[in-house]
Amino acid sequence: MNPEIIRVVGYVVAVIAFVALNAAMLVWMERKVAGHIQRRIGPKEVGPFGILQSFADGIKLMTKQLIVPEGADVLLFKVAPMLVMIPAIMCFVTIPFSEQLAARNINVGLLLIFAIASVNVFALLLGGWASNNKYAVISAARAVSQNVAYEIPMLITAITVVMFTGTMNLQEIVLGQAGGFWNWNIFPVGKNIGMVVVMPISFLIFFICSMAETNRAPFDLGEAESELVAGFHTEYAGMGFGLFFLGEYANVFIGCSLSVILFLGGWQGPFGLLPGVHWFLLKVYFLIFVVMWMRWTFPRTTFYGLLNLSWKILIPISLFNLVLTGAFIKVF
Amino acid sequence: MGTESIQSPIVQFVALDKLIAMGRANSLWPLTFGLACCAIEMMATGCARFDLDRFGAGVFRPAPKQSDVMIVAGTISKKMAPAIQTLYEQMPHPKWVIALGNCAISGGPFVFEGQYGIVEGADKFLPVDVFIPGCPPRPEALIEGILELEEKITGSRRWPRVEAG
Repeated sequence: MNPEIIRVVGYVVAVIAFVALNAAMLVWMERKVAGHIQRRIGPKEVGPFGILQSFADGIKLMTKQLIVPEGADVLLFKVAPMLVMIPAIMCFVTIPFSEQLAARNINVGLLLIFAIASVNVFALLLGGWASNNKYAVISAARAVSQNVAYEIPMLITAITVVMFTGTMNLQEIVLGQAGGFWNWNIFPVGKNIGMVVVMPISFLIFFICSMAETNRAPFDLGEAESELVAGFHTEYAGMGFGLFFLGEYANVFIGCSLSVILFLGGWQGPFGLLPGVHWFLLKVYFLIFVVMWMRWTFPRTTFYGLLNLSWKILIPISLFNLVLTGAFIKVF
Repeated sequence: MGTESIQSPIVQFVALDKLIAMGRANSLWPLTFGLACCAIEMMATGCARFDLDRFGAGVFRPAPKQSDVMIVAGTISKKMAPAIQTLYEQMPHPKWVIALGNCAISGGPFVFEGQYGIVEGADKFLPVDVFIPGCPPRPEALIEGILELEEKITGSRRWPRVEAG
């Protein structure tokens, strides 16, 4: 048998298993973090430290009755949760977990991730539209306008990294940050002293945008419970809702891993010691913890505030950053 | 009572049924839904001191499609009853109902001659699984009610029962 086929099948199975386990762990972690931030304990009774909580939730969601609301577009209603899941899994194709652990080493890896990840918005719109529910449609429209607004500064800051490193290959971007934390793109003292001014701002913009792209609080206008029942998945029961959540957590992981690869040295150790998958996961889960920390600390923004932040602040700053990057690459 | 309208499967696997019952009992997501003062006690149960999330029951879902248990917390006025009925019917099976407080059990202090605005008890139009008395019941009582519901689902109690006295 062709070893290439075995490799592909192995990766697909591993990635799907990883996405599911990752979502289960992140839901548990989110509830624990939320609990401790609110001076509670969080899940504690189901398994040691409540670690089996997500599995109980999974069993419950899978055995729940499936309801297709009256007047809904049945095909689109059923396709939308899968469309959330598929691009989330496909994004893992190019993410380098370590030097050896990457499904594909593509020279336009960064572009590919952005291209696939934008399908996610389409799925949210379809889900909201197909449910035949006014709140779902309103929140789907919100999610789309939010994603369009935050895609632009995110791409522009990604371009500053691409200009600086000279490649869109994620593996090469990580390899270029070898040595120690002074070579990481967030604060590249070792490589280009001018970029020290630009890159921290780029990182900040990129991180904020990746949080807004994945509809996380304080930017979760798409699922504002106080105004829109439950957002675009108002009409989804059981595992349809579960798939929306799996997709969201997979996207959070992808956003944080992109931040880590582009700015925080990917799988490189802070002093050039023992590079490997453990550093990558450590950094990614730390960033995910920061995302959760912000979610349970800040209240939800208003919708105008959200769009103004993108169009009036982040886009001008990121454009200015781009010009500055070009200048510094030329000068230093 | 809540699962009555689901037909029992042709082939039954005891171990699988037990697993599913365990999963359901440990993830009872209530509907975010308060009617009167008992809802304040319900909120207190979800908050720091009592922390309903310890048992996996702290995910208050705003949409009826995603919730498992409806906690009828408070006085049901005749105007509100149809809305509650709709919410109950929108919840997917299996679903359970907890009547929290005296008003939801029997009308509480509102039962008198010539009373025209209050439905005397949630069981007049909903299949109630657990009744929790009190005016309002303390958060511990609601937690005990949730444990009682878990016992009803799995057939075994989580902790030994505490005897009075």
